[in-house]
Amino acid sequence: MYTGKPRTARYQKSMLVIIDVHCVRFLGWPLNGCSHSAQTGSRMAELVSLAEGVAELVHDGDAVALEGFTHLIPVAAGQEIIRQRRRDLTLIRMTPDIVYDQLIGAGCAARLVFSWGGNPGVGSLHRFRDAVENAWPRPIEIEEHSHAGMANRYVAGASGLPFAVLRGYVGTDIARHTTTVGTVTCPFTGEVLTAVAALNPDVAVIHAQRADRRGNVQMWGITGVQKEAVLAAARSLVTVEEIVDDLDPRPDAVVLPGWVVTAVAHVPRGAHPSYAQGYYDRDNDYYQSWDPISRDRESFARWLDEVTA
Amino acid sequence: MSEWNADEIMTVTAARSLAGRTSCFVGIGLPSTAANLARRTCNPDLALIYESGTIGAKPTRLPLSIGDGELGETADAVVSVPEIFNYWLQPGRVDVGFLGAAQVDRLGNINTTVIGDYRTPSVRLPGAGGAPEIAASCRETIVIVRHRPRILVDRLAFVTSLGFGAGPGHRADLGLRGRGPIRLITDLGVLEPDPETCELTLVSIHPGVALDDVRAATGWPLAVHADLAVTAPPTTAELTALRSLTKGDRVA
Repeated sequence: MYTGKPRTARYQKSMLVIIDVHCVRFLGWPLNGCSHSAQTGSRMAELVSLAEGVAELVHDGDAVALEGFTHLIPVAAGQEIIRQRRRDLTLIRMTPDIVYDQLIGAGCAARLVFSWGGNPGVGSLHRFRDAVENAWPRPIEIEEHSHAGMANRYVAGASGLPFAVLRGYVGTDIARHTTTVGTVTCPFTGEVLTAVAALNPDVAVIHAQRADRRGNVQMWGITGVQKEAVLAAARSLVTVEEIVDDLDPRPDAVVLPGWVVTAVAHVPRGAHPSYAQGYYDRDNDYYQSWDPISRDRESFARWLDEVTA
Repeated sequence: MSEWNADEIMTVTAARSLAGRTSCFVGIGLPSTAANLARRTCNPDLALIYESGTIGAKPTRLPLSIGDGELGETADAVVSVPEIFNYWLQPGRVDVGFLGAAQVDRLGNINTTVIGDYRTPSVRLPGAGGAPEIAASCRETIVIVRHRPRILVDRLAFVTSLGFGAGPGHRADLGLRGRGPIRLITDLGVLEPDPETCELTLVSIHPGVALDDVRAATGWPLAVHADLAVTAPPTTAELTALRSLTKGDRVA
């Protein structure tokens, strides 16, 4: 669990509102030290620019989860974190993908919590490998899981539970190197099962198709683990393709009401080279072209100069 | 169309092993190509399941990633990532897990994590992804790799996903429900576990491949089945379907 971070003034104000308006609901929550309560105030999400959102919600040393499973990856937000030169972040994400390869190469990360670190369909994430194999541009500590484990850790975090139970990791070497994997005995059958510690990031960042002006967020297609990441985190920033006056209901859409979202920023194409179903396709050519860009430090440095210019 | 290469017979052989199956949990890369080929040849109704949460995906062209838009748009259902692992994979309702590997040992255990020491690796590989639980919970798994001494190794640097563990009975002792790896398909032949020892044994060799070459490409002293078969070569229909798939042709 990631606690003990200084809270912002705005955060404290919203805490007061929560207790005033939603005291019954608030008191009904398990007070396990996680900071979910920031999301349940009567206020709606604030509409901000991407730069404002990152400046206000992502701090040096934070545990940050940028989620989006192949689809809807918040790449533009990741690059804004690079531009604002955040340091010592714990980066949490099931599939680090290009977005974390960029953040790791830029030196933003002290730790990485993940379950699969490759360039999907292409090969290695070279900045991730250079950090793990050669401590460049700085040493990085890793905490490694399986996908099932990471998904369940978010579920526990979103559920206000300290851990989740699953059938997983058994017989593998993963648990020997990862302290957030353990066992728990079923109180009904005596069966020993795998337990994974809850994930409660300081801030979750996701990308969605649409939001309305009250900050209600709607996304569809492959929605991965984003709902769980937002509900597990103390704060959240959602970038969207489009802001509309009214969100017409959509079958199969995941909706995050504005009162569980801290801020929404309008960032068209904010998931590129990932995709936003209904808006643009995955740019598979870019994923291929990232391989030579990231392969050596000089070409990556040139890319970094362009992004931060 | 009698000419075919080693990768093609590997993929065709893997696709054939999905005949008669209902559902397949698909890893990306070689397994995905073979699973999509099966839908276009021996098993048009096969339900492809990807860890991105797409169930019954019917892509009209080969996806580059496990979460391409094509998978979601053509699926019978799209569910969240926690749901795909907890409701669909974990209870053991999927017939076959189709996996690739960076390294595999003679008991079908898989490494996709590191080469060398874990904390100071010589090569850092992508890691586990969905594989540990796919290998644990599917009723059976099939592993597809190219046959090289650095891939079929005597000893794994890291066990990412369990095959038969330390040998007979180990999976049951650990409470794993699936049978484990029933087949390892390579570009040189097909290996299956010995019923007594679980050791992967060469049961079929691809046409034109010399047994000595298979031995040389295996990182342990290879056991060969007494009735070693020769793999049926790809048919014209299989090759046509595979080449259309890898060329990126769309199929309705």
